[in-house]
Amino acid sequence: MAEAGEGGEVEFDWSDVEPIPQDDGPRPVVPIAYTDEFRELMDLFRAVLAKDERSARALKLTADVIAVNAANYTVWHFRRLVLDALGRDLHEELEYLDAAAEGNHKNYQIWHHRRWVVQKLGKDAVYKELEFTEGALKDDPKNYHAWSHRQWLLQELEDWKWELDYCSKLLEEDSANNSAWNQRFFVVTRCPSLGGLLQMRDSEVSYCVDFIKQVPTNESPWRYLKGLFLDDRAAFVNNSVVSEACITELVKDPNNVPAFGFLLDLLNAGFQPTSGQKEMLQKVLSAWETPSELTDAVCVRLQKVDAMRCQYWAWRRSLLPLPVAAPEIRN
Amino acid sequence: MADSEELHLEKHVDYIKSLDKKSDFDAVAMEHLRMSGAYWGLTALDIMGRLGDMNVDEIVAWILKCQDECGGFGGNYQHDPHILYTLSAVQILCLFDRLDAVDGDKIAAYITGLQNEDGSFAGDEWGEVDTRFSYCAICCLSLLKRLDKIDLEKACDFVARCKNFDGGFGCIPGGESHAGQIFCCVGALAIGGALHHVDKDLLGWWLAERQVKSGGLNGRPEKLPDVCYSWWVLASLVIMDRVHWIDKKKLAQFILDCQDPEGGGISDRPDDAVDVFHTYFGVAGLSLLGYPGLKAIDPAYALPVDVVDRVFYGQKKQPPVS
Repeated sequence: MAEAGEGGEVEFDWSDVEPIPQDDGPRPVVPIAYTDEFRELMDLFRAVLAKDERSARALKLTADVIAVNAANYTVWHFRRLVLDALGRDLHEELEYLDAAAEGNHKNYQIWHHRRWVVQKLGKDAVYKELEFTEGALKDDPKNYHAWSHRQWLLQELEDWKWELDYCSKLLEEDSANNSAWNQRFFVVTRCPSLGGLLQMRDSEVSYCVDFIKQVPTNESPWRYLKGLFLDDRAAFVNNSVVSEACITELVKDPNNVPAFGFLLDLLNAGFQPTSGQKEMLQKVLSAWETPSELTDAVCVRLQKVDAMRCQYWAWRRSLLPLPVAAPEIRN
Repeated sequence: MADSEELHLEKHVDYIKSLDKKSDFDAVAMEHLRMSGAYWGLTALDIMGRLGDMNVDEIVAWILKCQDECGGFGGNYQHDPHILYTLSAVQILCLFDRLDAVDGDKIAAYITGLQNEDGSFAGDEWGEVDTRFSYCAICCLSLLKRLDKIDLEKACDFVARCKNFDGGFGCIPGGESHAGQIFCCVGALAIGGALHHVDKDLLGWWLAERQVKSGGLNGRPEKLPDVCYSWWVLASLVIMDRVHWIDKKKLAQFILDCQDPEGGGISDRPDDAVDVFHTYFGVAGLSLLGYPGLKAIDPAYALPVDVVDRVFYGQKKQPPVS
């Protein structure tokens, strides 16, 4: 029988159930000392699990256990079985989850349970769920689970190009947010209503280059910029916006590690600086004439300014001489 | 932390063995994943040459109690089976040379049942997909010498589809590159014989970039360093033959700075609370770095090399490093 407790919430009578104590064995391997309250709760849960009682009071019990330990995956499994048996309204379950998620935004079980609920509710639940992930990302803009969940939700829709604006918004707040850069790539390459990477490349290059101007030493936009060209060496080497951006940053800051690394990638791909660019580069790097010597000078600089990874830059330096330059398709 | 230029091995051994005295919330919260907790603690002890201090029969008996009739293992007694804990259970049995205690075919059948059409693996009957589970499946079946029970090519192809523009891997196709996921993918491909899917130069550099000023490693750009990445990043680099791209000395010092020199144990970063998870990863990381006095650990199987050798070649267990 259920009664209203002091806080107005329902309290169930469990006097008919014999709790099952935890059996850790004679000398537990990684034994855990419990608080009494938790121990009693778990003993009761074990009994209910053994009986497979899928009742209203069992549902409340799962919530009580989750409140103490939201990572206990067995409790979540059982909760799903009980929800199904009781035929509960899953919209209410989402409300319960919103509350349970407080302080638990990195919990695998809660996110997975949310997905189970949303799958059952169908496409109508998707937009509201996207709002939920926005809330989680406001709290922690790099929350891996939230981004994963978001990617899954988006792929349930047909058109989600507005996600690029969402990424832009987050990058305005934190240009170093690698998750947002990854999401950009996700949208550009997978959104069915966009034209794909080749079509999006020029606008993404502009967007990225603007960021590089603001945060020139942050690794994410540089990697994204390179990623836009994937294996398309000719396009990479012949894009003057890209090479200009790189050289501009080097001149501004001769210690800019990602910029030098990027120049090295350009040179390795066959990039040949214009005479104007050569002049600029000679201001920051001395003693070179040929492209090989330039590449060498870049490696030497990197070994110096990124000393922690000097072995990596030494290896880059040891690579065979430059391949033949990429075909001339200058823009 | 004060100067921690050496590994306080005895303190860590005592810490792991004394976990029953812990009554803080973290200890309570680990009840459902005790199988993994046991794997972390026992493997760390073995690396430190002290596995012999533990009671094998009791532990094996407890592991068997955690096995469900479907063949999978739960995180603890009366917990539902999951691929994560199935791997941990098999790994512990390997440590003790007690694979004979289980029916390998039954476990293999459980894992095979979790493979999806696209080659990915669910964690359990509830269907969550993640490359972590691909690693668990491939590693576990390999240790059981039953890798032929799954569609290995499809499994590796799925992992390959999780490769990103930066050379890294995420939890699902399109998921952000993350050092933990990268370890799972690189480890899975290494064991599965499909390492050609990895662009070692590009990924090696991404991993090398995880090293921050303090010498520690982070898991993604612009995040804080954490000792657990000393394993995930490092093991991946070792598998790809590019560990010399990071500053090993600085990393070792970072790990040592995360020790609690009085109470034992290792934490995620200096001055934080210790736990068995970070203690294992710290010790394992130091082993990969060649720290003296520790047994060698296999970077793909995450078990001591002599244990892996014994599984595959049946050699007698080597005495611990003095």
